[in-house]
Amino acid sequence: MSVWRSIARRFIRRVISSIPAIIGVVIVTFILMRVLPSDPAVFFTSSSVTAGQAEIDSMRKKMGLDQPLPLQLGMYLRDVARGDLGNSLTTNQPVVKDLLRRLPASLELTFVALVLALATSIPLGVLSALRSGSLIDHAVRFLCTIGVCMPTFVSGLMLVYVFYYLLGIAPDPTGRIDIFVASPPDITGFLLIDLALIGDWAGWRSALDNIILPACTMALFVLAPLTRMTRASMLGVLGSEFVRTAKSVGLHSWRIVVVYALRNALLPVLTMAGVVFSTMLGANVLVEKVFSWPGVASYALDALMASDYAPVQGFVLLMAFIFVLVNLTVDVLYGMADPRVSIE
Amino acid sequence: MTGGLSIDDLQVVFSTRNGPVEALRGISLELGDGETLGVVGESGSGKSVTAYAITRLLETSGKIVNGRIVYKGSDITRLSESDLRTMRGASISMIFQNPRAALNPIRAIGLQIADAIRAHTAVTAKEARAEALDLLKSVMIRDPEARLDAYPHELSGGMCQRVMIAIAIACRPHLLIADEPTTGLDVTTQKTVMTLLARITAERNMSMILITHDLGLAAQYCDKIVVMENGRIVERGTTRTIFLNPQHPYTRRLVAASPTPTSTIDDLARVAEAEQTTHALSARPAAKPYSITDGAILLQIRNLTKRYSSNIIAVNDVSFDIPVGGSVGLVGESGSGKTTVSRMISRLIEPSDGKIIFDSKDIGAIPARVFHSVAERRDIQLVFQDPDGSLNPRFSVFDCIADPLRKLEKLRNGKELRERVRETAARAGLADNLLSRFPHQLSGGQKARVGIARAISIRPRLLVLDEPTAALDVSVQAIILNLLDRLRREDNMAFLFVSHDLNVVRMMCERVVVMRLGKVEEIGGSSLFGNPQSPYTRSLLDAIPHFDPNGQQIKALPKANEYSR
Amino acid sequence: MSSTLSHAVWVLRGNTITTCAIFGVFCLCIFALFAPWLTPFNPLATDVANALQPPNARHVFGTDQLGRDILSRLILATRLDLIIAASAVVLSFAIGSLIGSFCGYLGGWIDRIVGRIVDVIMAFPLFVLAMAMVAVLGNSVQNIIIATAFINLPIYIRFARAEVNVKRDMGWVEAARASGHSDLSVTVRYLLPNIMPAMTVQISLNLGWAIINAAGLSFLGLGVVAPTPEWGIMVAEGARFITAGQWWLVAFPGLALMLTVLCFNLMGDGLRDILDPRMRT
Repeated sequence: MSVWRSIARRFIRRVISSIPAIIGVVIVTFILMRVLPSDPAVFFTSSSVTAGQAEIDSMRKKMGLDQPLPLQLGMYLRDVARGDLGNSLTTNQPVVKDLLRRLPASLELTFVALVLALATSIPLGVLSALRSGSLIDHAVRFLCTIGVCMPTFVSGLMLVYVFYYLLGIAPDPTGRIDIFVASPPDITGFLLIDLALIGDWAGWRSALDNIILPACTMALFVLAPLTRMTRASMLGVLGSEFVRTAKSVGLHSWRIVVVYALRNALLPVLTMAGVVFSTMLGANVLVEKVFSWPGVASYALDALMASDYAPVQGFVLLMAFIFVLVNLTVDVLYGMADPRVSIE
Repeated sequence: MTGGLSIDDLQVVFSTRNGPVEALRGISLELGDGETLGVVGESGSGKSVTAYAITRLLETSGKIVNGRIVYKGSDITRLSESDLRTMRGASISMIFQNPRAALNPIRAIGLQIADAIRAHTAVTAKEARAEALDLLKSVMIRDPEARLDAYPHELSGGMCQRVMIAIAIACRPHLLIADEPTTGLDVTTQKTVMTLLARITAERNMSMILITHDLGLAAQYCDKIVVMENGRIVERGTTRTIFLNPQHPYTRRLVAASPTPTSTIDDLARVAEAEQTTHALSARPAAKPYSITDGAILLQIRNLTKRYSSNIIAVNDVSFDIPVGGSVGLVGESGSGKTTVSRMISRLIEPSDGKIIFDSKDIGAIPARVFHSVAERRDIQLVFQDPDGSLNPRFSVFDCIADPLRKLEKLRNGKELRERVRETAARAGLADNLLSRFPHQLSGGQKARVGIARAISIRPRLLVLDEPTAALDVSVQAIILNLLDRLRREDNMAFLFVSHDLNVVRMMCERVVVMRLGKVEEIGGSSLFGNPQSPYTRSLLDAIPHFDPNGQQIKALPKANEYSR
Repeated sequence: MSSTLSHAVWVLRGNTITTCAIFGVFCLCIFALFAPWLTPFNPLATDVANALQPPNARHVFGTDQLGRDILSRLILATRLDLIIAASAVVLSFAIGSLIGSFCGYLGGWIDRIVGRIVDVIMAFPLFVLAMAMVAVLGNSVQNIIIATAFINLPIYIRFARAEVNVKRDMGWVEAARASGHSDLSVTVRYLLPNIMPAMTVQISLNLGWAIINAAGLSFLGLGVVAPTPEWGIMVAEGARFITAGQWWLVAFPGLALMLTVLCFNLMGDGLRDILDPRMRT
């Protein structure tokens, strides 16, 4: 039980220590968006050709841009604390509402991609470590070297070319679900879960078809670092002294690999998976654009192109928040997996 | 040979980047039931390779190319992988150096012992746990029920080695191979672990191969000894004959170089001269008699304290003096704070409290950060423990030695600098042609010499030596100690000699400070070794394994009844 | 110095892959330097009559939607992409490694504060951060460089900090202090050269990453503006045609990106061997 208590203590400590990071992110976002840009008021009034200085000024007042900066920051912090990220000037909706509506699409894509990546990279990494120096090992390492060099937007487009145009087995890259399928109920927002819940298997199949290519694109992007890490840490553990001990008492080789080597080797992979998850959230911007995926990243990108900064701010904050959350989760999992971290 | 181990002309070759390396060049040995065999030798002699060849646990680059290892009638070199698995643990098992790394860090030790049991016997998890508990009791671990669920990092090094022993004997093997089982452990821990090993092997009538670099350890716990050099066995015999009457020159050198409770620096000098004929060492100045009462005091340590946080006190109220040209030994086990004291005196870290008075100036008050610009920086120099880690890998030997000259004597590149570096290198026994080499191209002994040359190049008045020979083989250690002693006499340097090895300190120092848990336990002259006042010092002295070269009483294998109190 | 050179030759002789990678980087530099003389066609000249031609004898890599020769555009784009990546990496390396190694060596509160700031920056999805910066600063090559340098900065700071932290307690660092070196001198003369091999690998990997990032920004329409040939934009322009099967618009700039990054990555691994004095025999 003391294990759980120490994990809980660790969790609370990490939550508290991540508060400054979150506040820092809010401030940096604020500075980035308010201080650097050309006057947003000018942008939003300039849509009408006749906009004069008076209109710009009234717009500035409306947006609170006439206040001194620290005051603006204070107001902004207060709003963020309340969960008010402002309104999007392009959709005329509260940013929070927009983001929450689109978040499940991004998360679903990222999760599916992460599961795909882990399910491929861990066996590959383990295999190439166990057969180090063999043909398999060289092939895996070659794939990894190529993998890190492939920009997501290129690999995504090439996948579309092969599986949609050449082979015709993938749906066209325009969203989460076939337009002919009835729109699913909004239960969790995760289409694969929602459609399974209501038993609409045709729709489920269509959602799966649609998510496979973008998810593969993202998985390809992180496959290389994950496989490399698994291989390296597995090799390290296999060469370690405690594995030698396990051999010296005559344990079965599969038991050595699974219980002694793999469990230890997965610890750094776990940390890596957290980092990878955050990287993927960032890389979403490109993948969502290639596949017209209606996620938060494409939302933020559209807003950015329109110099509509509230959604961008909201998006960056959301990403940072998710990042902190993911780190916390990884930390707790790590604490459960490795008894050494409980004493600090 | 009835069921014992017999090795015949065993050859092992490692394939490396630079081509094949012969690690074992045909060794043969026999071991009877219940016997304990010591395999001694210095690094690179192939003693560990022998151990791993017997259990076929060599790294993948190592191959047995010739020879037979016959155990209980079957040739281990020809066993299949599954036969090997049956053999390991059940009839031959091993314990290793660095016990903490030898245990799985994220698996409870009870489970690790149970794994070993269940690898060879069909028992339930519950039965295995009960058996693991019995094993923990038999290796005398305190509070064994609670320890079953502990992880290795929660145990001390000595405890981990006991757990390792429990794992090794879990399936009642007949042969135990111990590869440097106590290297890295404190001397008192070493004694308890070795006593336990001797008792368990005697009780269970197991044979044991003890692989060690420590001749004293081998002498104390083994019946027979083989001496290895360069992958060959150069001498073999009973412990008594090996130590009383060594025949092979290498064995003789090894025996002579190993510090004993009675050896002096002059004994080591003979080893040094025998080995280093190439370096024409200057004649030793006649040994000056040192007296700690007369002569000025160079360094006064008063109430020195180092706190890392409110509850961690590494050094607690330490006071002692070092006379001009005197040598003070600072001994203690790990965690005694001896290294922290030496680092504070060298002004690398700040003391929390107390005074460091050098030449009647309180240098402890000068922040470590600005000490590099103070005149006393020249007077206090250091020699570090690890010869590998103490040389900048990107500096040539010349640059290493020239660095303090450039910095502290403001010598610019030129003839004068070259002369000084060459002279210093020669004094430290480094040939001219080594000056352009990089640290990774040097042997351990040469690296140690560079570290010493660097420290003495600006002729400091106090040399702080932090375990200067701990990482070296005994024969190299003898040479280095001899060199240090000579340099000290030539330059009238004072030494602060930090070491865990009481025998070395006894040879090198006139005065000894014994530390324990951050405090001074005892301060005394050389009489301290004959008549220690504190019980702790006595237990340290008693724990040193040794052989008596005069041959009256070499300790035989302890019999079970001696321990069944 | 000559020993370094001969060592490099020795390493390269045994390592075909690194040699190829270095040769590849050399070729890229040649393309970048002499692009205007190497292009078979004017990279900017449109020829609508010959638009969207698949690879053929005349246009080896085909033509794009405006009939421009893709090969010529690829060659010219090398210059821009290399300049962006190199200047961004040099900038962030110079600043980041200095800050990082000094913080790592000094420790204490400065280190903690810098560590915190780096954590905050790393908490952003870095690509999004770069996106936001370019959008905010304005679309220009200079701003892409600044944004790319900025998102690389925390990586170098962290890396240098971690490396120095490991090396700080080694004997030779303390020996340097005992030899009379100040903290600054220890950092610059001892620690920085010793973390260089690890840093060089990082630089080389980073160059690849910076190119991908810059191309990604252009792909989204940030940064380099349309008629200028740049690999990311070329992919973006070709993206519309991929569902119609006109693959060469995407494939060739994609391939150029990939090969460039591959060369830098492989060169990084090779450089590590050359720069490591322990490898010298």
